Amino acid sequence: MGVRIQTKDFDAGAEIAALRRGNPKIGAVASFIGVCRDANDGTAVTKMTLEHYPGMTEKALEKIVAEAKARWDVMEVLVVHRVGELKPTDQIVLVVVTGAHRGEAFAVCEFIMDYLKTRAPFWKKEETPQGARWVEARSSDDEAAQRWSSPKADVA
Amino acid sequence: MKIKVVYLASLREQLGKSGEDLEIPPVTSTVAGLRTLLMARGGAWQTALAQGRALRVAVNQEMAEPATPVKPGDEIAFFPPVTGG
Repeated sequence: MGVRIQTKDFDAGAEIAALRRGNPKIGAVASFIGVCRDANDGTAVTKMTLEHYPGMTEKALEKIVAEAKARWDVMEVLVVHRVGELKPTDQIVLVVVTGAHRGEAFAVCEFIMDYLKTRAPFWKKEETPQGARWVEARSSDDEAAQRWSSPKADVA
Repeated sequence: MKIKVVYLASLREQLGKSGEDLEIPPVTSTVAGLRTLLMARGGAWQTALAQGRALRVAVNQEMAEPATPVKPGDEIAFFPPVTGG
């Protein structure tokens, strides 16, 4: 299990290979990559800056990962999140989950992203042709995280 | 009592400050109390920290509520709702 905040890019293939290495019990690997788009809310985005709260961000992510591992039977979890300046097509975040079966691996991957988007202290500032603007939090992200609070959300 | 206050993202820009060490009266014993104390500075502080503005607060890097106690030496961070991922 690992959580990393970094400015440099990541290589998902290499990260997955490292996480799987020498573990014949793994039957499923689920991963998610969040990418910087060239538009948001109908406005072109030329660049974005990701800010975080050093110290708290790592703690918040570790807590989310620990919660996921307590809830589902998975093996390894890796979260890599970039900060600093990013351009459209740049990778922003990587989540990799390994487990014996796909159900748990998919669930943990989605749970971590939903919680990360509402609980981990990161903020995006976009550069647009109209100037710079801070991205507003979306209520759909809160709703996405909320659905995991229902016991029915657990994957059997 | 002495505390450390941190301002992040859009809030830091609105307040023109990334943080400060503060000496506050011991009677200011909660997050809500500290917010009121800072708002009393007026101007940008009054508007940026106004009730109704979507604000999150962390005490010692853990998410906090208005009623969360503030103790000597604590680090209290004010920031807007998060937008990572």
